[in-house]
Amino acid sequence: MERILLKDVDIPNLCEIDVYIDSGGYKALEKALKMTPKEVIEEVKRSRLVGRGGAAFPTGLKWEFTRKEKDEPKFLVCNADEGEPGTFKDRVLMKNNPHLLVEAMVIGGYAIGANKGVIYIRGEYFEEIGRLNKAIKEAREKGYIGEGILGSGFSYELQVYRGAGAYVCGEESALFESLEGGRGCARERPPFPAQYGFMGKPTAINNVETLCNVPAIINNGGEWYSRIGSPASPGTKFFCLSGHVNKPGVYELPTGITLRELIEEYGGGVKGEFKASLPGGVSSSLVTDTDVKLDYKSVADAGSMLGSGAVIVINSSTSIVDVAKSCIEFFVRESCGQCVPCREGTRRANEILGRFAGGKGKVEDIDLLLELGEVMYDTARCGLGQAAMNATISAIKMFKDEFMGRVES
Amino acid sequence: MKSEGLRHAWKPKVDGIIRELGKTRNALLPCLEAVQQEAGCIPQEAITYLRETIEVPSVDIYGVITFYGMLTTEKQGKYVIRVCDSLPCYLNGSREIIEALEDELGMNGRDTTPDGMFTLERVACLGLCDKAPAMIINEEIHGDLNAEKVRGIIGMKKKEECGWKGYY
Amino acid sequence: MVALTINGEHVKVPGGTSIMDAAKEVHINIPHLCYLEGLEPYGACRVCVVEVEGERRLIPSCIREVSEGMKVHTHSARVRHARRMLIELLLANHPEDCFTCERNQKCELLKLAYEICVGDVRFEGEKPSFELDETSPSIIRDPNKCVLCGRCIRVCHDVQTVRVIGFANRGPETKVVTLLENGLGNVECTNCGQCIHVCPVGAIKERSCVDEVWTALEDPKKHVVVQEAPAIRAALGEELGLPVGTLVAGKMHAALKRLGFDVVFDTNFAADLTIMEEGNELVGRITGKIKKPLPQFTSCSPGWIKFMEHFYPELMENVSTCKSPQQMFGPLSKTYYAEKTGIDPEKVVSVSVMPCTAKKFEAQRAEMTDSGYQDVDYVLTTRELARMIKEAGIDFLTLPDEPAEPLMGMYTGAATIFGATGGVMEAALRTAYKLVTGRELESLDIKPVRGMDGVKTATVDVDGLEVKVAVAHGLGNARKLLNETKAGKSPYHFIEIMACPGGCVGGGGQPYGFDMAARAIRGEVLYKEDKELTLRRSHENPSIKKVYDDFLGKPLGKKSHKLLHTKYTKREMT
Repeated sequence: MERILLKDVDIPNLCEIDVYIDSGGYKALEKALKMTPKEVIEEVKRSRLVGRGGAAFPTGLKWEFTRKEKDEPKFLVCNADEGEPGTFKDRVLMKNNPHLLVEAMVIGGYAIGANKGVIYIRGEYFEEIGRLNKAIKEAREKGYIGEGILGSGFSYELQVYRGAGAYVCGEESALFESLEGGRGCARERPPFPAQYGFMGKPTAINNVETLCNVPAIINNGGEWYSRIGSPASPGTKFFCLSGHVNKPGVYELPTGITLRELIEEYGGGVKGEFKASLPGGVSSSLVTDTDVKLDYKSVADAGSMLGSGAVIVINSSTSIVDVAKSCIEFFVRESCGQCVPCREGTRRANEILGRFAGGKGKVEDIDLLLELGEVMYDTARCGLGQAAMNATISAIKMFKDEFMGRVES
Repeated sequence: MKSEGLRHAWKPKVDGIIRELGKTRNALLPCLEAVQQEAGCIPQEAITYLRETIEVPSVDIYGVITFYGMLTTEKQGKYVIRVCDSLPCYLNGSREIIEALEDELGMNGRDTTPDGMFTLERVACLGLCDKAPAMIINEEIHGDLNAEKVRGIIGMKKKEECGWKGYY
Repeated sequence: MVALTINGEHVKVPGGTSIMDAAKEVHINIPHLCYLEGLEPYGACRVCVVEVEGERRLIPSCIREVSEGMKVHTHSARVRHARRMLIELLLANHPEDCFTCERNQKCELLKLAYEICVGDVRFEGEKPSFELDETSPSIIRDPNKCVLCGRCIRVCHDVQTVRVIGFANRGPETKVVTLLENGLGNVECTNCGQCIHVCPVGAIKERSCVDEVWTALEDPKKHVVVQEAPAIRAALGEELGLPVGTLVAGKMHAALKRLGFDVVFDTNFAADLTIMEEGNELVGRITGKIKKPLPQFTSCSPGWIKFMEHFYPELMENVSTCKSPQQMFGPLSKTYYAEKTGIDPEKVVSVSVMPCTAKKFEAQRAEMTDSGYQDVDYVLTTRELARMIKEAGIDFLTLPDEPAEPLMGMYTGAATIFGATGGVMEAALRTAYKLVTGRELESLDIKPVRGMDGVKTATVDVDGLEVKVAVAHGLGNARKLLNETKAGKSPYHFIEIMACPGGCVGGGGQPYGFDMAARAIRGEVLYKEDKELTLRRSHENPSIKKVYDDFLGKPLGKKSHKLLHTKYTKREMT
């Protein structure tokens, strides 16, 4: 099994710069600075790396779009506001190997033509914030950050910015609002970040895991990377396994392994009997087929989404109605409250699901929920509201009898 | 009445942040976080100070404070307990944890205990799903919880406090 | 130009046009709620969504710009279905007190629900139960009715730049609030009431005093006098079935008499009086007889005055000490008028009808008691007067035109244009010219200070002295002139500021709406009345001559100073 991101994670004190350098760290940056920014982007494009935050957009293309924008200055922003329930992968990287992210951020900045990078990290990651700040300080002392990095003409500053407890800020445009000192409410798109991002300037925004793949791609070539895992979306992927499994945790595996393999071979099997899984956290739809291959396309074909790779396993003693209720509660609490479908829709869905959970459901509300889900998908401004009803809709479609069983007689 | 110095312990930190980030709105959230950390809440003087220094309308500052879960204008307890209630923790018994906490702390629907010692918040995912159910007390992580463990942890905290107050 | 099709019809519009505006070209009005012409699009209600071929989701048409080859469907089944559910969701969270709501028959949400054919509200759940904000003497907010469209916030921040309301909390807890929920009465709200105009529902309204006025009218021991601001006559008709732009001065006086007011005067008289005082003050400042700085600012807009007291206290000395016409009228009604008629001033109840919510605040200012009583007891808005007329069953349309009582009701054209932006300036110049030169200004129409441009300037030659003047309406526009003055760089001698866009014709107490074209028409009505009046200069008003001869003495005299002038207070920022 090939590990890219967690390759060196067992080396003691990897978060110290000398240890990181000794294990080959900052080599990719040295190499990248000898390439042209265009060549760096080409290499990333060749790797066919796609975003690991959930949307699976090709990273090289995103960088190219940003680089091509004429407006200045440009920014590289790392989305480290990991908050989707079931997701704890970026934490592992930032805690154990903060320099990997720092190195990637400098390379990315060089590639897109940004002299400033920002890591927006969720406020609850106290330890990781400390480690990143320390890593940045060390990198600056060694000349990997600052004026004329490693004798090149490239200057770059990197800053850590803490979130303050709002899941929606993981939505990229809400994240910019938050960075700019506002309420984390999503912006209308277009314009997209590549044209109008942080401070209204061209911005590339990438997830931690995505960025951390870049040093390996520069070191080994995009061609090498593109041969790993599933041909449709190559590379390794972090799977955050949680819920009713014996060994929950983060597993870096090639894309395309099956859900069954993940649970049985890595997760130590299900606690109890398998009932269903949410392969992309509470924003995704349930899947019941454990043979589904865990790559972006296969999971989508199965009617769900891989998202950030938060695989939550649910056993047969759990009521799906209660699962749906738990999922929607999260969205009610985390909706920014700006657009009507999300603000009002999540609240009403929560009330309806609450009635079902209490055995006082109404038959006609089952269709109403499906209808509401459709309208929320169609009209909500951002991904949060669009996806808020996925779990509920799939629960109704796959386990309608459980809802019927909670109807008030 | 607290002394002037203690009341505005957040000021030097805020000034430092503004020096670093400039008198721009971008400095707002870091400043608010600093105040929250220093004062346990964001008092009105801090709002006024920020309005004057970075020129953001005070109602906007209030809007930002109330948007973010980690910021508040109401004084929080010495220990802020954030207990996760999202699906992975829920599946592993978070409701039982919350009940145990409410019971052990005697919350009775309040957010903060009357002695100002503990604030209890149900929060969305803390990124500790591999240790579900989980909570953090200030910056301290507690995972793989059960009701008994929770009672033990809270008991310890209470004991520590008694010790400091010299109640033993 | 961008070519696209909307519902199959080809249309070409300039780049940057929104889909919603482009749709108007093919005779389609897309339903909307949070969008309002004159404010930045917000795109939050999603009611204006349309289907665009090739897009996975529906697109908010207020905020999305057209693109080449776009194929738009404005009312496909998918779109109509979504709109219905969005309104259904809003209704599910809305109090069901439409019968007694202030916005009955004028509610945009109710209208949308009807037009979009919402048949049923299938969601049942918790309704909000927030406390009302009743801290302000002018404005009451009911957050329970709020649909969070953000229009009030946008007008307060972007147009008026007062910035005292904003969104707080998150998700379903989201609410429009003032700082720390202290209430409008405890923050730097100017009471301009533009938020009332933009609110689509009944979440913001004036603090009504209709019942208090009825009580006074029915009390035989009280002697109730009434004054009406210039802008009322240009707008009252709209509330009573007449088209925008109908002057109803005569019917207004007639209706007030029939409501039972003991004597019907007219604020226009006091506007002429204001010009006498303010014109003399200006001349005094220019000639150096009055040791106060230039430019002199007008002082008749109470929203502007409170704005100045909070945001620009350093300009306090620049503001004319003249009370507003309402507050000049008030003390005169309890001194001059009481003396003339021998009525015990204690029994006089002084009511004003104003286009303005800030006037309610102004009437209660502690210093407004120079008559020995509260100078103005009750302030009704145009809307409140219209409702009283309706409640009394008065057939407004068939009323004869009747004049106000001349003693404090005769007026010139200079007074009537007070209601429009630039009007005070124009009126003042007509009199100031005479004061300086001893001659009458020949061309009375000072066109550069008329109209709806945000900031207007003019230079008037007064016997070789180039008097430079500027006019701003809307507090956002005013800031430009204020900052210039604060920096010591203002080239002007005299500056007129009106808090509301359009001037008083667009005041917070006028018929609902944020339609600048309608406000402009109301202004034109006043200029038309001015043109038609024989007397067009304040100093020509015989009742003004009389009040000075019989009571006040002379402009800026001792009595004037006591009754007609005021001072200002620096107010804290919250």
